Amino acid sequence: MIAAPSSGVNLHMFNSARLRIIGRRLLQAIPVIVLSTFIVFGLLKLVPGDVAVTLAGDNASDQRIAEIRELYGLNQPFFLQYGSWLWKAMHGDLSNSLISNESVLTSIQRCLPHTLLIVALALLTALIIGIPLGIAAATKPGSWIDSIVMAIASLGVAVPNFWLGMLLVAFFSLQLNWLPATGAAPLMKDPWAALSHAILPALALASGGIAEVARQLRSSLVEILSSQQVRTLHAKGLPPSSILWRHGLKNVSVNLLTVVSLLANRMLAATVVVEAVFAIPGMGGLIVNAAMHRDFPVVQGVVFAMVLIVVTLNLLTDILYSVLDPRISS
Amino acid sequence: MTGVIDISAVPASRADATAHVGVSPQPLLEVRDLSLSFATAKGALPITRNVNFTIAPGERVGLVGESGCGKTVTGLSLLRLLPPQSARIQGDILFNGTNLATLSPRRMRAVRGREIAMIFQEPMSALDPVFTVGDQISEAYRIHFPVSRAEGRERAIMALREVGIPAPERRCDEYPHQLSGGMRQRVMIAMALICKPKLLVADEPTTALDVTVQAQITDLLRSLSERTGTALIFITHDLGVVAETCTRMITMYAGEVVEDAPVDDVLTRPRHPYTSGLLRSLPGLSKRRGVLASIPGRVPSPSAMPAGCRFRARCSHAVASCAQNQPMVEIGNGRSARCWRAPELLLPGAVN
Ligand SMILES: Nc1ncnc2c1ncn2[C@@H]1O[C@H](COP(=O)(O)OP(=O)(O)OP(=O)(O)O)[C@@H](O)[C@H]1O
Ligand code: SF4
Ligand SMILES: [Mg+2]
Repeated sequence: MIAAPSSGVNLHMFNSARLRIIGRRLLQAIPVIVLSTFIVFGLLKLVPGDVAVTLAGDNASDQRIAEIRELYGLNQPFFLQYGSWLWKAMHGDLSNSLISNESVLTSIQRCLPHTLLIVALALLTALIIGIPLGIAAATKPGSWIDSIVMAIASLGVAVPNFWLGMLLVAFFSLQLNWLPATGAAPLMKDPWAALSHAILPALALASGGIAEVARQLRSSLVEILSSQQVRTLHAKGLPPSSILWRHGLKNVSVNLLTVVSLLANRMLAATVVVEAVFAIPGMGGLIVNAAMHRDFPVVQGVVFAMVLIVVTLNLLTDILYSVLDPRISS
Repeated sequence: MTGVIDISAVPASRADATAHVGVSPQPLLEVRDLSLSFATAKGALPITRNVNFTIAPGERVGLVGESGCGKTVTGLSLLRLLPPQSARIQGDILFNGTNLATLSPRRMRAVRGREIAMIFQEPMSALDPVFTVGDQISEAYRIHFPVSRAEGRERAIMALREVGIPAPERRCDEYPHQLSGGMRQRVMIAMALICKPKLLVADEPTTALDVTVQAQITDLLRSLSERTGTALIFITHDLGVVAETCTRMITMYAGEVVEDAPVDDVLTRPRHPYTSGLLRSLPGLSKRRGVLASIPGRVPSPSAMPAGCRFRARCSHAVASCAQNQPMVEIGNGRSARCWRAPELLLPGAVN
């Protein structure tokens, strides 16, 4: 007896259509990476001030400054500078910080886990709270539950991250003393401490996400539940619970994926502010600091890493799209 | 003139609605005084009024009428598929003696798909795009019969074969978007009939399809109904299809049944002026929301229904007494029409 394909999910993860999607996306990613790092490189050059002067110290002679320019290749033509940076980056060498002389790759490896932990936790929180809220609102549109959820959602969108962050710190850290107010701990060495440090910043970051997930899920579920395809399900005699959990959620999962991917991108950017509020030594702090000191290699390296992450996320999203929606992969 | 008053004074009682259909002593479905309204911001909007008809086991009945006359809502109300927040149903829907109008939601679900099934106009939007057709068909069976997944699949394949889908084992694992429009409607039919229901409501099942496959689907429905003994309510704009497929035709106008008669009789000699007009504009009838060739004017809107005969403004036989409310008038031979002049008028039909 042949087992029936159960859930309707297309489980052949890497059929040819999907491989084509992946290939196309990877090809599209190359110009994105080159262009974004090039633009940032150019912008850094436009910033007034001379890093060589800074590096040389307060009372340096003109000759010393010229030497430093020579040393770091700062007097080479712009395109050559960018080209050599790109060439080295492609080979895994992101140069060293001009200020601390630490390898940029090492700095990123130190800072990235903090940022990723907060973003991942925030995303998870947004889903865990947002999905039940959205479902509750959608199953009874126009009810008091619906009104409350929508009120929460509007509030969540309106409240700025940093303000919520400060409120959370004031209450949970300073008032109740439950969680640390600032800082971070290394995830690998002390996961528990790392988590307890990450909870408040993640909550601050998640507020908008919860609202977004709840709203999007509600609106797409309401639409599906009043659609003709769901009318057919009722005509078959299916109980409302199966209609919601089996058919409804699978149909809106694509919309949910869009929201999650959008949120992930947005949170990666918004984490700069949250990291500042909570004094977390993450990617945000790293790039802000480097930009203030015109530490080109660090800024370039962080941008490069972030672009890579975003490109990977979007690729993952595209693959998931074609898994969730059979219409895409054929 | 005395006769006029006599006839129009007959109340539209429940008895006369059931008495005139003598096909079977025990009807499968008996709709009594079904009135529908929708709750709107401006209050209740009445859509149909005192709809009465009966369906015998295995009988095929065409339900016709201009766009907006309430065919779809009547079909949906039999399965109580109208949006519960806004739809108000009055009257009785007796199915094998059980009143569906007052059935609990749970027992109503046991009727849907199992006893009465329905197929719709647009097979693409009526199917779930993210499940394979095999899953959707076997689901329809497994809701009502506790069989294993594997047996559900076997039955789905059998059902696909019965509706004439080639290579059903392969089609079973395809998604709706991979099928043509005609195939999708066949899938809908397979899904609707898999539990061997006693009644199938088909709401314009061919309107969205290519002309070339329309006839195939119609033939399929008729032959399946003949073979399995499933009664059929065929909602359509195509009177030709009714002539080929059905044994009886019910004409609706502006939310009311205006004529109910055996197909052969009504085609040659309609009794209601509206039916006659429909028959004479035969090819043009499918022109939706348009103006009918042989009937001037438009259907009155549900929010501005005239008193008396609702067809009066468009009727070339209208006289002063038509301003009175018109009950169904029995004409004999299992026929009735909502027109007091029906017994005397000699109206042209489609075939002369
Ligand atoms: N959910 C609803 N809420 C309010 N009014 C509705 C609703 N559904 C249908 N109606 C109204 O009920 C009337 C009858 O609609 P119905 O769809 O039954 O017509 P129909 O005879 O099937 O027409 P068509 O030939 O175009 O399919 C229309 O005026 C329509 O606007
Ligand atoms: S009652 Fe009068 S207006 Fe109505 S259909 Fe009959 S003749 Fe025409
Ligand atoms: Mg309709």
